[in-house]
Amino acid sequence: MAEDSETKKVFDAEAAGSLMKELRGTYASGKTRSYEWRVAQLKNVMKIVDDHEKDILDAIRADLSKPEQESYIAEISIVKSSCTRALGELNRWMKPEKVKTSITTFPSSAEIVSEPLGVVLIIGAWNFPLLLALDPAIGAIAAGNAVVLKPSELCPATSSLIAKLVGKYLDSSCIKVVEGSVAETSALLEQKWDKIFFTGSGRVGRIVMAAAAKHLTPVALELGGKCPVVVDSDINLPVAVRRIAGGKWASNNGQACIAPDYIITTKDFAPKLIDALKHELEAWYGKDPLESKDLAHIVNSNHFARLVKLLDDDKVSGKIIHGGQRDKANLKFAPTILLDVPEDSLVMNDEIFGPLLPILTVDKLEDSFDMITSRGKPLAAYLFTNNKKLKEKFVKTVSAGGLVINDTVLHFAEKTLPFGGVGESGIGSYHGKFSYEAFSHRKSVLYRGFAGDASARYPPYSDRKLKLLKALLSGSVVGVILALIGWS
Amino acid sequence: MSKGACKLALKELGHWMKPEKAKTSMTTYPSSAEIVSEPLGVVLVISTWNYPFLLSIDPVIGAIAAGNAVVLKPSEIAPAISTLLSKLLEEYLDNSSIRVVEGAVAETTALLEQKWDKIFYTGSPRVGRIVMAAAAKHLTPVTLELGGKCPVVVDSNVNLQVAVRRIIAGKWACNNGQACIAPDYVITTKDFAPKLIDVLRHELEEFFGKNPIESEDMSRIVSVQHFKRLTRLLDEDEVSDKIIIGGQRDENQLKIAPTILVDVPEDTEIMKEEIFGPLLPILTVENLEESFDVINSKSKPLAAYLFSENKQLQKDFVNNISSGGMLINDTILHLTVSSLPFGGVGESGMGSYHGKFSFDTFSHKKAVLYRGFTGESPARYPPYTPGKLKLLKTLTSGNIVSILLALLGFSKD
Repeated sequence: MAEDSETKKVFDAEAAGSLMKELRGTYASGKTRSYEWRVAQLKNVMKIVDDHEKDILDAIRADLSKPEQESYIAEISIVKSSCTRALGELNRWMKPEKVKTSITTFPSSAEIVSEPLGVVLIIGAWNFPLLLALDPAIGAIAAGNAVVLKPSELCPATSSLIAKLVGKYLDSSCIKVVEGSVAETSALLEQKWDKIFFTGSGRVGRIVMAAAAKHLTPVALELGGKCPVVVDSDINLPVAVRRIAGGKWASNNGQACIAPDYIITTKDFAPKLIDALKHELEAWYGKDPLESKDLAHIVNSNHFARLVKLLDDDKVSGKIIHGGQRDKANLKFAPTILLDVPEDSLVMNDEIFGPLLPILTVDKLEDSFDMITSRGKPLAAYLFTNNKKLKEKFVKTVSAGGLVINDTVLHFAEKTLPFGGVGESGIGSYHGKFSYEAFSHRKSVLYRGFAGDASARYPPYSDRKLKLLKALLSGSVVGVILALIGWS
Repeated sequence: MSKGACKLALKELGHWMKPEKAKTSMTTYPSSAEIVSEPLGVVLVISTWNYPFLLSIDPVIGAIAAGNAVVLKPSEIAPAISTLLSKLLEEYLDNSSIRVVEGAVAETTALLEQKWDKIFYTGSPRVGRIVMAAAAKHLTPVTLELGGKCPVVVDSNVNLQVAVRRIIAGKWACNNGQACIAPDYVITTKDFAPKLIDVLRHELEEFFGKNPIESEDMSRIVSVQHFKRLTRLLDEDEVSDKIIIGGQRDENQLKIAPTILVDVPEDTEIMKEEIFGPLLPILTVENLEESFDVINSKSKPLAAYLFSENKQLQKDFVNNISSGGMLINDTILHLTVSSLPFGGVGESGMGSYHGKFSFDTFSHKKAVLYRGFTGESPARYPPYTPGKLKLLKTLTSGNIVSILLALLGFSKD
């Protein structure tokens, strides 16, 4: 239509203001509150991924050159299963939760009622552009909110497809997509949201939270970190190596928040581990990984240059023991393994978010646990071992968003587990019921009748009244009876 | 209440500290999973002046139960309690992990520059913004227990004497209105207002006598600054002539009598600001459903109260009013129910505590997934083939029959 020939209107502060006004009006009308509305929207999200699977895969390929299998598994199928779960559980999630009351408020009944926060903002990330926009949105819609999605501008084809499909299939009076980058996001962040859900870097996470602070807007921040993999010697090595390599290079070529960032193993075991890794990598990507169609590309030249910089550091370049090949024109980067790079090098301090895998060797594995948290609590931490005591110590001492024993990244798929960070890796969590809760306010409701009035509550105060009140507040039935007897 | 919180924590701690098992699905089979609670680390609790002991100790109990190191910054506006807390905590608790820092703005600012693992703040929305902005620099999660204008909607079909006593108890027997969940204003019908006011007048006299300022059972205003703030609210032009009960004040004693006003205009300070004092405006409407719009036009309060025996009205109230917490047919009492999360929403705050919620608010819920080395699906890994993709699609569909068929080597097409 005439859209293409019109100059695209800039989404500025004024536009953000009118958007907010419109959504507040729609939300106030109560439209998003009903079970029927939520179910209809969720079913339509399902329709989006079902009916447009090919368009989605094409868009992601255009943006990231990600292999189709990865896009399907990591993006499409997870969105589908989130929808299915939300549709199956929504009734249960929406029910108030009855809670016990005590003699202090007798007679009374109480419950916790979940209600939507209102009008919420979801800012997606570029590495899983469909998933990280729609998955939180599923939670927000299930919880009955009006939603604005801001997909990542680093994936223009996917962003534009999301805008088109959401506009077509979902209720656009309540669910909107705003495309754009820094200027548009800043305009959005100036508004007063009832919740902001952000996925991205710690640097931008701080900016989002500071903007939220001006309006006392609660935030969920899904950030990153350096996810370590501790590898013991007494394990099934071929399986372990596949799982490590899968979490790293079969996950958007390392550009994933929970991809293994670096490995810690013993000096003795390192050679075996490295051999097994090299062997598996060749089986997967062939002798020339840059020719393989199964390896995702680096998202853009900025990130490509960043990764090159990590490698070209003097102290580091000599430690490459596998890989290192790259193709700047096509943004391709081979799986690269490094051994014992200095702890103060950039590659050991910044989140890598790419196909470089440093291996650090230690004498005893337990010694590495403190080292892990000293770098800032990561989003995930992994341990491969059959040693029960080592597992227990790891779970007890390593603080991270989530932990997996004997695998990598898989906890992401388990909807009964809250997915989120701690410290530098983030605030809040989601997935499954946690998504619903992330976008809800749990309102306490206490019901009383007009019986059971304790005149002891009221002035004029006396010692006797105080005694009864103490007994009531202590919840001690005997105390209450004694005080009442003494009272009369 | 502090004793209650301690007792509960001591009794339940073993239970709270246990990991919570989580079900796992076909996707990760075979596996087991749990959610492990761990302390956040070193936390800051900033307390306030109206219940200076409780609002310091109660969050600190939660922080300690959850295994954190704690710094408490009590309010400087209640200096005697601040000093006492500092002395007692040092004497009775482990100084290597639990400290008190006394002071005002300068000291609090210095504390806020540090990187805490959590900040728990009780106070005003204005300072809440400052705390959250400081926390944002370090990505520190916050719980903010703020305030708001807590409305009381009063229906005509109630036991009026009991209702009025409960409103008075919540307002004037609670630090003379200086409580975050004290009723701020009342909404009732034009028809019912005269009856309500009569009973209020009568019960106020029962409670505080003919000269409330002389009553020992009435708290004073905390400071000269707040006294002046409250008298300013009363002395505003459109307001002073709406006083129908009370209004007396004594600047020397910092006391203001329970004061009731009727139908103060919406655009006056007293109807816009959180009162936090012994003034109670009553708004009258034609029918009670109108009260919902009034309440929703203001920011979400920490608590909202409804006195009514009409079940439908109760239901509508719960469904259409958003507030931190709600009470039907009483005021403030939900504070004592430790199985209910206590906290605000929107301008009245974020996060909650009391009971297990205190433990949770100072904990990180860490997901842990355990696997063995069996249950390997080579379809997960490169080199990717259409066959592998088909198998994976089937496995993730969760359809047992298709999965079995696929695994046995059959497929639909």
